[in-house]
Amino acid sequence: MRNPQSQGQLSASGELVHLLTLEGLPREIIVRILDTAGSFLGVTEREVKKVPLLRGLSVFNVFFENSTRTRTTFEIAAKRLSADVINLNVSTSSTAKGETLLDTVDNLSAMHADMFVVRHAQSGAAHLIARHVGPERHVINAGDGRHAQPTQGLLDAYTIRHYKKEFGGLTVAIVGDILHSRVARSLIHVLNILGTPEVRVIGPQTLLPSGVESLGVRVHHDMRKGLAGVDVVVMLRLQNERMRGALLPSAQEFFKYYGLTPDKLALAKPDAIVMHPGPMNRGIEIDSAVADGPHSVILPQVTFGIAVRMAVMSILGGGQRSAS
Amino acid sequence: MKIHIKGGRLVDPTHGVDRPSDVYLAEGRVAGVGGAPRGFSADRVIDATGLVVAPGLVDLSARLREPGLEYKATLESEMLAAVAGGVTSLACPPDTDPPLDEPGLVEMLKRRASSLNLARVYPIGALTAKLEGERLTEMAELRDHGCIAFSQAEVPLADTQILWRALQYAATFGLAVWLRPQDPHLARGGVAHDGEVATRLGLPGIPAFAETIAVGAILQLMRVTGTRVHLCRLSARESVEMVRAAKRDALPVTCDVSAHHLHLSELDLGYFDSHCRVVPPFRSQRDREALSAGLADGTIDAVCSDHTPVDDDAKQIPFGESEPGTTGLELLLPLTLKWSRETRLPLVQALARATAEPARILGVDAGHLGAGAPADVCIFDPETYFTVAPSGLRSQGKNTPFLGYELPGVVRWTLVAGEVRFERG
Amino acid sequence: MQLPDAEALCAELVKKLRPAVTAATGMVGIHTGGAWLAERLHRELGLQLPLGRLDISFYRDDYRKLGLHKSVRASQIPFDVADRRLLLVDDVLYTGRTVRAAMNELFDYGRPESIRLVALIDRGERQLPICADCCGATLAVPKGKMLRLDRNDAGRLSLRLDDA
Repeated sequence: MRNPQSQGQLSASGELVHLLTLEGLPREIIVRILDTAGSFLGVTEREVKKVPLLRGLSVFNVFFENSTRTRTTFEIAAKRLSADVINLNVSTSSTAKGETLLDTVDNLSAMHADMFVVRHAQSGAAHLIARHVGPERHVINAGDGRHAQPTQGLLDAYTIRHYKKEFGGLTVAIVGDILHSRVARSLIHVLNILGTPEVRVIGPQTLLPSGVESLGVRVHHDMRKGLAGVDVVVMLRLQNERMRGALLPSAQEFFKYYGLTPDKLALAKPDAIVMHPGPMNRGIEIDSAVADGPHSVILPQVTFGIAVRMAVMSILGGGQRSAS
Repeated sequence: MKIHIKGGRLVDPTHGVDRPSDVYLAEGRVAGVGGAPRGFSADRVIDATGLVVAPGLVDLSARLREPGLEYKATLESEMLAAVAGGVTSLACPPDTDPPLDEPGLVEMLKRRASSLNLARVYPIGALTAKLEGERLTEMAELRDHGCIAFSQAEVPLADTQILWRALQYAATFGLAVWLRPQDPHLARGGVAHDGEVATRLGLPGIPAFAETIAVGAILQLMRVTGTRVHLCRLSARESVEMVRAAKRDALPVTCDVSAHHLHLSELDLGYFDSHCRVVPPFRSQRDREALSAGLADGTIDAVCSDHTPVDDDAKQIPFGESEPGTTGLELLLPLTLKWSRETRLPLVQALARATAEPARILGVDAGHLGAGAPADVCIFDPETYFTVAPSGLRSQGKNTPFLGYELPGVVRWTLVAGEVRFERG
Repeated sequence: MQLPDAEALCAELVKKLRPAVTAATGMVGIHTGGAWLAERLHRELGLQLPLGRLDISFYRDDYRKLGLHKSVRASQIPFDVADRRLLLVDDVLYTGRTVRAAMNELFDYGRPESIRLVALIDRGERQLPICADCCGATLAVPKGKMLRLDRNDAGRLSLRLDDA
């Protein structure tokens, strides 16, 4: 394979310069991000909910794919670090005007953006941008096509660590549309890096990508069997489009066989936790009784998400400590 | 002009020749091989010491981008690239703008090409009007104006009944149909081989069976219509096996592989390298090995460049949006040499795949250097390596996954019809 | 060079501070050495309010140059800072930048009535206008060396000289 280091996330000395994907990240860096996130949680309980770390730095949220939720969490995280935040919803019409993705990035760099948070409908967009920007700028991938959502994977790992302490003995099940899910891919990578012994994916054949086992997971088509003895259940959102395109016949049949209901959840361990990246489709992938029930940690995930994003930005935003 | 090519190693696959031998050219043809013809007095002597003297390469697919796509490349630049790569004859697919579906367009292209006086251009005509897959083109008329075969280029022909009729019609006139086998429904939305790499990178996949199902359908139709069919750019292991079986049954099928598919697999996509966005996609290592073995044992008849210049703007965008294609005229010989070394195939057999065999498929008198043959010659240094760099490419397309690679094979002279058309300074 | 006995200095500080502490006094130690020292002082002085600990990583002035410190701990102030008389504790007072960062961080918790700085050792070489209100000893440290507080498993405090 050519260019093994063309990932470009790490500097020559192994420091994180961009966060593009969790794949291939050293375990120490992931643990450091999680540990640092823990330190930020206390900040929100104070009178002044900010720290001055990124004061004077500009964070540009460059969203080629719309998402108010994700954009807002990045905005909150950046502001809590005292950064200046600029939000850009780059609609496809500006590309219709002829401006390429890299032209847009160049223009923003000329406006002295220090950090780009990028979301794009195409897999690989964040990598392309990171290869292109100069060394002083940092790119955070907020989601590229089906490929990766690294901050989501990190906050999911943080959540699991918060409730389960160790990854060493866990069985984690990811349920739903893995084929189209960047959240699933990032989560699978981080779970493997942190040493989770068993990661299961549960879904119909149509929603599982070719050779998914090669990512380091066990495949189950039967949700009841797949949830047996599981410590963590992660439910993925099912998009409406899946019903077109011959992947699924109906939301009802999907819910019956792959929706998380109390009786299916009962097959997991008694202290199992239920996670969801949001936003939830109640009654399609998850029953309200479960979403609002005692096993659900879906709301804490959001709080952890802000702390994790603060951790990522603060690790990226500073200078590079020299080898001394 | 009388030319004496002196002191070279003559490699002529058609005649099974690989030995030191002088070659004598006169009036655009090979006047003699070995000893000088009686009374031969050279106007020019080319010192081919240490070099291979081979037939000029015959490339079954090179997009010249004219008419219509001149912002990507022009006939001038691409023809210069061809002779710089030792290619003396090339076939160009009909997907120009407008497509080559009318005699007037074909005539214009041929006239433009011959006025440049560089490589010989053999246009492939459109199988259906505007390549739209509905109405047949006037194939007999187009053949009379110079089309050597008919194809849909990359435009899918999903309607199998129309495909059947097109094959029947072509067979009526003894015309060859060139098809890139791909079921458009199975390939729909895909940008990379549907396998472990695409799964990891989150890229929509084109399964191998999108190709093999189409190969199966085409072979079945051929059994009924008896059409000569050339399958373009095989990419999957099973396709090679199906062609092997079909040839055993004496079906009139031939096929080719692109030079880049001999060397690269899905693993080379790395992290979304758009230079690896090609059609058909780079598949698994196993597929690649089967393609190489197929070319070695002759199941795959020929290797071509599938030269497709793409401007930088169309590559410097996310993988799934980038335009597929790689530049290749100047890399056909080096990649064929690299392949021959890796498979340990003797040079004379390897070169056959880029000279005699494609000439046979085109049905033209090319790719060989026997007495009386057209004097299309490629004289190259097989031992010197060069690094692939944009500045070294004459094509306007600098898009190649081989940037930075060290490849063997530097062309020193290319002659077409007995005239030097390229000389490395 | 001969380093002073940290345990003895600690006992000195306890003696000096005892008259000033009340039930409302808040103590905050700066990680890591300052927090160890503060834990000891807090216990010896019998302070009523629980101990606060600060990690100043998010307030340092060298972030742009050196990036975030490799291991960051959570700051915890388990009492209300507003209108509080605070004792801010650090092990070695040097350039004053750590104390500057700690004070900025404290003010983000609320507006204290006063802050008094307690340091085990003042090694001089201040770069900011900061001084200790209560100090165990002054010590000149050779160039290129760092003075650090150690705590062994039994909880015994000692001073150590490292290369910078």
